[in-house]
Amino acid sequence: MKNIIEVKNIKTIFDDRVVHNGLNLNIKEGDIYGLLGPSGCGKTTLLREMVMLEKIQSGSIKIFGNELSNIKHEKAQELRRKWGVLFQAGALFSSLSIKENIALPLVEYTNLSQDMINEIVEFKVSIVGLKANDINLYPSQISGGMKKKAALARSLAMDPKLLFLDEPTSGLDPISAREFDRLILKLRDMLGLSIVMVSHDLQSIYDTLDRVAIIDNKKIVYEGNLENIHSVDSKFIQTFFAKI
Amino acid sequence: MLESSFDILHVDDKLSLVFKGKLTIYNISNFEQNISTLSLYNIKTATIDLNAVTFMDSASSILIYNLQKKLSHNNIDIKLLCENKEVLDILLLVSKQKDSAEKLIHKDRKTIIQTIGKHTYQNYLGFLSFMSFMGELFFNKLRYITSIKYIRLKEIAFEINESGVKAFGIIALTSFLIGLVVAYQSAFQLKIYGANIFIVDMLGISILRELAPVITAIVIAGRSGSAFTAQIGAMKITEELDAMRTMGFDPYRFLVLPRIIALIITLPILIFVADIMALIGGMVVAYLDLGITSDLFLERFNEVIAVKHFFIGIIKGPFFAFLIATIGIYRGLKVKDDTQSIGFNTTKSVVESIFAVIICDAVFSIAFTNLGI
Repeated sequence: MKNIIEVKNIKTIFDDRVVHNGLNLNIKEGDIYGLLGPSGCGKTTLLREMVMLEKIQSGSIKIFGNELSNIKHEKAQELRRKWGVLFQAGALFSSLSIKENIALPLVEYTNLSQDMINEIVEFKVSIVGLKANDINLYPSQISGGMKKKAALARSLAMDPKLLFLDEPTSGLDPISAREFDRLILKLRDMLGLSIVMVSHDLQSIYDTLDRVAIIDNKKIVYEGNLENIHSVDSKFIQTFFAKI
Repeated sequence: MLESSFDILHVDDKLSLVFKGKLTIYNISNFEQNISTLSLYNIKTATIDLNAVTFMDSASSILIYNLQKKLSHNNIDIKLLCENKEVLDILLLVSKQKDSAEKLIHKDRKTIIQTIGKHTYQNYLGFLSFMSFMGELFFNKLRYITSIKYIRLKEIAFEINESGVKAFGIIALTSFLIGLVVAYQSAFQLKIYGANIFIVDMLGISILRELAPVITAIVIAGRSGSAFTAQIGAMKITEELDAMRTMGFDPYRFLVLPRIIALIITLPILIFVADIMALIGGMVVAYLDLGITSDLFLERFNEVIAVKHFFIGIIKGPFFAFLIATIGIYRGLKVKDDTQSIGFNTTKSVVESIFAVIICDAVFSIAFTNLGI
């Protein structure tokens, strides 16, 4: 499988605090890839750099062969349509109903008829397991788990090949969290997605991830699969993965 | 009943410190003072007697721990007398934790020069960020104007309704009252000179040129400017803006420009409404107080007030609107990830936009006067 994301020598400094000091990692097509590390180690910052919300200060990130640090506006717009992002709290547009939220990218980027858009919305809603009569509600009227599902449906609206998830199971009860894990695995198999996620949920990490990168002390201390993670000499890994 | 006590006994070069009773966070403050004023001159050995202690919490253990540290720092031999297992346990826990914990680094206090330097630099960065906001705005506006499909009529219409149509009532009422008040005050003065009819000249020029535009702008700054900041700020906190960006929807196109354009369209119309209402207020006072009928008022108005005064007032509208909308939106985008900064930025947005409106009005005033208009 070829690499879809290549991160090389990323350095990030906020004010006088060094967050990343030379990160390197490669994410392959079809992987469910986890970014792990102690809190405050810059996982979310790295994710934000990958989706072009944070400017890259030094180093390079290549996604689908496009260098992000000096990308042109049109190319960036094209790239944005190839991925979906799920934010921690969902970030559904509060002024639109669930249905309108999911339909928004379709309305903006395509010339499809309203009927066709409704069909597509119904399909995405059923994939993520939302009930069809919930979709006329507004984000403030639904539960946290439903918000995540709705946001996932929205990020899948344009049939992306790549999905970024920021702590997908945080704030969910254990049952919903496991359900969400299964959903992620199902989506990967059904739609052939590659998924990059930041997570703290150990169960979810073991259930879903193929490969992980562990950021500790501003560097990647481990990249690879979960089987031989215990051999690494890092305080974070020893404590975090100690129980199982 | 005394819950606890602390006795200090001094014999030759021996010091004996006896604690008794229940030591808790509530009653150790006196002991702390006693300890800090303890004279350790010429002391070789010290005994800390905890045998009579029945209970000890972590705060008092820290006190004992610090006391031990202080004594050993002065090369004094310490003997700890304690048989209570629970007390020993908590002492051990505290000393273990204290020994391994890193000391909190207290930040150095900054000198006044450093503070001034930091503030100056931050203001400079703030200025730069406003400039980059303006740059991005003009760049986007350029694209907006060159491509029709880029214009989002639905959003613009929505904003016109929100900040224009719904503001009619308050604008009408405020300007009517302003007209009333100005007319009433000047009627009193004019009566002294018997120059009753000149109230028309006075009201006409002051309302059309200055009062109506500025009052309208101030009301809109308080009403729409604050709303823009709060809306966009809340969207920023809930990551809606980030979500838009990652979906490739430019917030400038969806949120910023529709609001600015809507306000540029509505403010001149609102000024027109304010003109009418303020003059009606003036007419009411002119009739009741000075006996000038509305026919006479309008005849005189037609005679002495040139149409340029009206247009000068209206032309200020779009400029004020641009200032109010850009400052409101800029402040909204400046909101950080905490709720407090919404309040802070909303306040700033209203204050700054009213200030900007008044400055802009002053510039217009000078320019028009010098141009002889």
